Amino acid sequence: MKKSVIILIIIALLAIWGISKSVGFKNNMVTMDEDVNGQWAQVENVYQRRADLIPNLVNTVKGYAEHEKETLTGVIEARAKATSVNITPDNMNAASIKQFQAAQDGLSSALSRLMVSVERYPELKANQNFMNLQAQLEGTENRITVERKKFNESAKQYNIYIKKFPNSIFAGFFDYEKKAYFEATKGSEKAPEVKF
Amino acid sequence: MRYFKQLLLILTLALSSFSQAQDIPARPKQQVLVNDFANVLTKSEANALERKLLDFYANTGNQITLVTVKSLKGSDASSFAYEIGEKWQVGKKGFDNGIVILFKPKTSESRGQVFIATGYGLEGAIPDATAKEIVSNEMIPYFKQGQIYEGINQASSVLMGLAKGEFNHQQYAKQYSSKGGSLGFLIPLFIILIFSFIGRSRSRGHQTMGSTGSSLPFWMLLGLMGSSSRSHGSSFNDFSSGSGGFGGGGSSFGGFGGFGGGSFGGGGAGGSW
Repeated sequence: MKKSVIILIIIALLAIWGISKSVGFKNNMVTMDEDVNGQWAQVENVYQRRADLIPNLVNTVKGYAEHEKETLTGVIEARAKATSVNITPDNMNAASIKQFQAAQDGLSSALSRLMVSVERYPELKANQNFMNLQAQLEGTENRITVERKKFNESAKQYNIYIKKFPNSIFAGFFDYEKKAYFEATKGSEKAPEVKF
Repeated sequence: MRYFKQLLLILTLALSSFSQAQDIPARPKQQVLVNDFANVLTKSEANALERKLLDFYANTGNQITLVTVKSLKGSDASSFAYEIGEKWQVGKKGFDNGIVILFKPKTSESRGQVFIATGYGLEGAIPDATAKEIVSNEMIPYFKQGQIYEGINQASSVLMGLAKGEFNHQQYAKQYSSKGGSLGFLIPLFIILIFSFIGRSRSRGHQTMGSTGSSLPFWMLLGLMGSSSRSHGSSFNDFSSGSGGFGGGGSSFGGFGGFGGGSFGGGGAGGSW
């Protein structure tokens, strides 16, 4: 009789402990999830910023470098492709991030091809508007590196948190999955050097 | 036990990746705005700049810090400056109104490098293109002649004007291109400064500092403060009351409570010579 009471009390205590822990876990997850999503929005922001610079850049280059039609078309097409891939919190996973990254990397390489070809046009390089654009483009590439890194950091925090005991049990129970990272493509740990 | 091992693994991974990015100088215990690790400024130059930046911080809350280093340790100037801004937390939390001016002197083997990194909150006031203009208009011409202090001083004045909203980046760009040089940009400033001095000395007995302060742009006041606080510093105490009183000697600066919570997003621009 006495034994079963003690067991009941222990079970009750355990249940209270479990519930309060899981409530705390849930609340922390809301914050961390928002962190990751907010940081992802920042990543998309800076990529969008780059995409927004391109029409102006293309127009400026067009005026000086008539023989670069192919390169310019390449940039425009890559931009269209890059802006068509969007990720929402619901479809954020390793595959969608990889796809997003591939599209953006395509634009990066099209842009760097353009910047190499621009070398042949000294008048263009001395154009004030072009110089402004190149400074903005450089700054945007830096921002992309930074925001990607910050996204990975917040995703890492999230992942570490859900792997810790006892969170790992709750995470399995509530179906929280590991967040995907931005993979560093070869040579992209540093912002691509935009040389002019 | 399994969890413990996993945790240990994750933690070591986290720590190792963290320490990789630790090539930047550690935030000094005694926090100052002029961090001349490469010893490119004389003591009095460093003090003058510290005072100027402190005044600016006291009055506007914007933190501009200068960091000079002997070497960038293989990383590029932009990420080096960004790391300093982010790790030192230059600027105020919530405002992210910090600026890092990174300077690496020219040596026989390597080019000199300079970078102006802007915190999130100042990206609008100082766009990358403008930062680039400041670097190539105000800094590099001086640096090429070995005048490090002049270049940094000049650039900090423009950065202050922009951060304060005294003039915007379009006005700055226009001023520069029409006057054809940083000196041209500064001539009207000097004229106004001189006139304000004349006006001030005439009516010194009657006019309080407060009224002059409100009618003059901030960067002119800076110039006024630097030269007049010695002769009759007491009249300035009212004006600088927000700073917590830095009117003491040259070596102890009271107004700077330390870096605090600013964040950077990779904005800014730089150049080399």
